Amino acid sequence: MKRFIGFIKKEYYHIFRDRRSLFILFGMPIAQIMLFGFAITNEINNVDIAILDHSKDADTKEIIHKISASKYFSINQLIEKESDIETIFKKGKVKAVLSFENDFSKNLNKEHKTTIQIITDATDPNTANTISNYVNAILTQYQKELNKDVTIAYQIIPQTRMVYNPELKSVYMFVPGVMTIILMLVSAMMTSISITREKELGTMEVLLVSPLKPFQVIVGKVFPYIFLSIINAVIIVMLSIFIFKMPIQGSLFLLALESILFITSALALGILISTISATQQTAMMISLMGLMLPVILLSGFIFPISSMPLPLQLISNIIPAKWFIIIIKGIMLKGVGFQFIWKETLILVGMTVFFIGLSVKKYKIRLE
Amino acid sequence: MFGDFTAVNAITFQVKKGEIFGFLGANGAGKTTAMKMLIGISNPTSGKANVAGFNVFTNAEDIKKNIGYMSQKFALYDDLTVKENINFFGGIYGLSRKRITEKSSALIEELGLEKTANKLVGSLPLGWKQKLSFSVSLLHDPKIVFLDEPTGGVDPITRRQFWEMIYKAANQGTTVFVTTHYMDEAEYCDRVSIMVNGTIEALDTPKKLKERFKTDTMNDVFLKLARG
Repeated sequence: MKRFIGFIKKEYYHIFRDRRSLFILFGMPIAQIMLFGFAITNEINNVDIAILDHSKDADTKEIIHKISASKYFSINQLIEKESDIETIFKKGKVKAVLSFENDFSKNLNKEHKTTIQIITDATDPNTANTISNYVNAILTQYQKELNKDVTIAYQIIPQTRMVYNPELKSVYMFVPGVMTIILMLVSAMMTSISITREKELGTMEVLLVSPLKPFQVIVGKVFPYIFLSIINAVIIVMLSIFIFKMPIQGSLFLLALESILFITSALALGILISTISATQQTAMMISLMGLMLPVILLSGFIFPISSMPLPLQLISNIIPAKWFIIIIKGIMLKGVGFQFIWKETLILVGMTVFFIGLSVKKYKIRLE
Repeated sequence: MFGDFTAVNAITFQVKKGEIFGFLGANGAGKTTAMKMLIGISNPTSGKANVAGFNVFTNAEDIKKNIGYMSQKFALYDDLTVKENINFFGGIYGLSRKRITEKSSALIEELGLEKTANKLVGSLPLGWKQKLSFSVSLLHDPKIVFLDEPTGGVDPITRRQFWEMIYKAANQGTTVFVTTHYMDEAEYCDRVSIMVNGTIEALDTPKKLKERFKTDTMNDVFLKLARG
């Protein structure tokens, strides 16, 4: 036990005397959650649009007023002719132009039919889509007000309810993903780097010649990172609760247990990586390419798995992060209990056992 | 065994207590591999070996407690201070806190490191690091200490001082097993063995070897052997 404490103390010196590792350990989680929470967002807010109003009558004024009153749009410019549309898009600031046809009100009142053109800059397809949906929603609302006194013979009224995230805040989606990335980063990459560092420096040899058992050396190397990973998980959850006002619906205890399970699987992966890489550089590259990219791209964190081509969907199944994201999304957003996530948990347990077994075996081979 | 290649083939030798035993050979002759087998980080495929009275195959754990090891690469932690390194290595060998403190101050005084005891090891010159590393490998009073090319890249004066430390340890009863390819260092050893292609081609005192090969220096002995 005393030996173990000495070992932990040494790891503590390594970590806290190295700015790079300190930055990865504590700067990254905070930076990432802030970035994903504030900067990277699917919502639109105050998008600049331009208006081309050929009609300039009561109805167009009212619609323009409604649009500028919404928090989604701000009217950047009023343009006069068709040819200005392209110029204005090329300048880049304006993302959409609304063009009202001639005699807008007249047509509306006489022929009960009129058109408005929504032209969007689709260099960013998501934003373009969202803008057009939002404008449509405002127009539909206006139409309803006009038809207030009229009863339409057949009506289908969709009642949409967005459950678990009614305000559609994208931070709700990013927090579980960021937490997964950070835990993976800290647990797998940092441990693999710290173990390969000892190999690179030759100190691993000295440790193995000492009465410490190989098993003790690895536990000693890994233990501080378990602790740091847990601290990171706590920081992320705190940030999401207090800064992004994201409520944790489910049990914190279950969340903690599942996180520890995921951390363990990531640590096993880290040890595995350290057995196959001779230098810190290699360990870092393997961790980044082999773990981080799949976690970001294939785990369902950003891109929904169901819309991936089948081969990628199949590959996503062997990525522990995918299962962990399903689990923590369930706990954090839906407040589910263990009975809804036991399958995913079981898969994660299986993977963890497999990785531990494999890394122990690899590690033994390395020793000989 | 590494694949089909036999790195060390049926070598036989004995080292006496308190002896300085030089383990010589060209690069790739199998010195390091043989040493790794003795200190228990490589497994020999067959044979019989005892280190400090314990069997390599069955009592590897006992061996580890009774040997010291200084690897080819400088193997202290650069980002720990001199004292922290001593505390750490003393700790993993299970020395008591009191014993570590005693040892540590004796060692720091002996090496004249009083002013740098709380500085990071990374800031020390290589020669000092090497001497410190040797002292650390002796921290737990091992019966036998294995030095793998301990003086690589060190200036002649420091090498000289280093060998004085080796003599001192040997005089106190520690057996020293040292690999080197500096032939002048071979002259300092009580006995040397010379490995060529995984086998021991010669084993005797430097004096007798020079007589046998009719030369004045160990360098020539080595060249004659290595060239066959």
